[in-house]
Amino acid sequence: MTIHACLTLLAASGGGFDQFIRLLTVFLLAMWVGFEVITKVPPILHTPLTSGSNAVSGITIVGAMVAAGSAVAYAGWFSTSLGFLAAIFAMINVVGGFLVTHRMLMMFKKK
Amino acid sequence: MSSAWLNLAYLTASMLFIVAFKLMARPRTAVQGNLYGAVGMAIAIGAAFFEEYVVRGRAEGIGGTVRIVLAMLIGGGIGGVLAVRAPMTSMPQVVALLNGFGGAASLLVAGAELHGLLARVGTRGYTAPDAYGQMILATAATGVIGAVTFWGSLAAFAKLQEYEQFKKPWNFPNQHAINAGLAVLTFLLCWWLAAVPTAWYVYWLLVIAASALGVLLTMPIGGADMPVVICLLNSYSGIAAAASGFVIDNNVLVIAGSLVGASGIILCQIMCKAMNRSLTNVLFGGFGGTASSGPSADDVYGGKVKSAGPEEIAMLFDTARRVVIVPGYGLAVAQAQHAVRDMANLLQSKGIEVLYAIHPVAGRMPGHMNVLLAEANVPYDLMKEMDDVNPMFPETDVAIVLGANDVVNPVARTDPKSPIAGMPILNVDQARTVVVVKRSLSPGFAGIPNPLFAADNTLMYFADGKKAVLDLVSAIKAA
Repeated sequence: MTIHACLTLLAASGGGFDQFIRLLTVFLLAMWVGFEVITKVPPILHTPLTSGSNAVSGITIVGAMVAAGSAVAYAGWFSTSLGFLAAIFAMINVVGGFLVTHRMLMMFKKK
Repeated sequence: MSSAWLNLAYLTASMLFIVAFKLMARPRTAVQGNLYGAVGMAIAIGAAFFEEYVVRGRAEGIGGTVRIVLAMLIGGGIGGVLAVRAPMTSMPQVVALLNGFGGAASLLVAGAELHGLLARVGTRGYTAPDAYGQMILATAATGVIGAVTFWGSLAAFAKLQEYEQFKKPWNFPNQHAINAGLAVLTFLLCWWLAAVPTAWYVYWLLVIAASALGVLLTMPIGGADMPVVICLLNSYSGIAAAASGFVIDNNVLVIAGSLVGASGIILCQIMCKAMNRSLTNVLFGGFGGTASSGPSADDVYGGKVKSAGPEEIAMLFDTARRVVIVPGYGLAVAQAQHAVRDMANLLQSKGIEVLYAIHPVAGRMPGHMNVLLAEANVPYDLMKEMDDVNPMFPETDVAIVLGANDVVNPVARTDPKSPIAGMPILNVDQARTVVVVKRSLSPGFAGIPNPLFAADNTLMYFADGKKAVLDLVSAIKAA
């Protein structure tokens, strides 16, 4: 029932429905690729995998930059401030994630 | 830059992320994989400077760019310090914290988009985009998942950090009913926002409801189940990022987010399988309530436990050809990894084959024990997974169990009524001699006695992990 209601709402919003299906396609295909690729990662590397994927989830930095970089005159100060905060959080994720993963992987590399 | 070039840059970044995960399949190529991921991220960040709103923002003044650069410097600085300072033992906490920040970033992005859209429609006379319905639903979803991730991760962090108030699972009356009520409330708020998209305050109400849900769902989960919780929150942080991609209609967010979502789900499954429990049971079921049904500790141990000192154990190695070391989290707590590595080197110099048998839940997050051993310079080809090492135990002369308990409890194989029945374990009891280094006969997380400690071929070495290994090293040298 809920799904049907959501789809009805989306269909009613016209172009939004097309966009939703397009993004859903990308989402499901990427999820599939993710399953295929990540099941091949051996357990010994599961901690760096988690921290590395963490860094990748910092991709929201793109959305944060769009929000923070908009003109206050257009988007309002509240929206740009939220974007600023979001960019800080996302960047902690990106830099912290990649660096800590690198640190761990270097320990596996050395013999 | 036209949107085609922008999308091409995002596509390149997405491909690099996929290649990065692919290269993680082998320790040799994993470093390179991580670098590919970082390059992908750099490309995406570079491209974002040319997003339409950012370009238009620049036309209005320098403020927008200043905000972006300043935020990135602050965030990058904090992240850098966090990554460089964190000791390997606290990696689970670091990952929990980073998961939480990812969730927070997503929910803030969705909020910023909503407020930005309303401001543009209100003051500049923009008409709402075609994709309004989708955007609002995605905004609500991002807010909910992001808030659950953020607060759930903070609760998990507090538990892993072992703050006094958070150590014990936190049960409260009617918790399932309260959580279900909160979930329904969150859902209704999503519905309200979809119906009245101009009511921005509903977004923040649903963020508050989902925040409470995140804390209340995580607090009752016990310390032993934290590996599962971390994987799940990792998955959520990815899905939150993907959902925020639906909000701003951006493929790279959707692709990167779903890759992370998939990774978290896979690890979650592996952890649950290693504990022989369903995800529902980990998240909603208590553990240990059935412990009283089994035999008592006195029945199991009464008069049958043989203890030994370092000299006696050192003699075992005179005739040994293969020694398997079974490390548990207790070893990491005692910081005994380096001492163990020294012992292994000593044994190897006597021509003995030394392997490490690592149970999937040996540490506090998937693969944690491998990282701790790698830090102590243990070569990764000596670290054996459970399925690879189990067939080797019958041909093992000495198995040394250090700080592990439930994962070597043969009851999992023999007693179908036991709370750990069916859990895959390391079959150390099949080794010719088993040496268990432990301070006392106290039970592990499952709260049940371990018949391994009373087995005929087991010697108990009662001592603190690190001191035990150091004494053993001197005894072997003296022998």
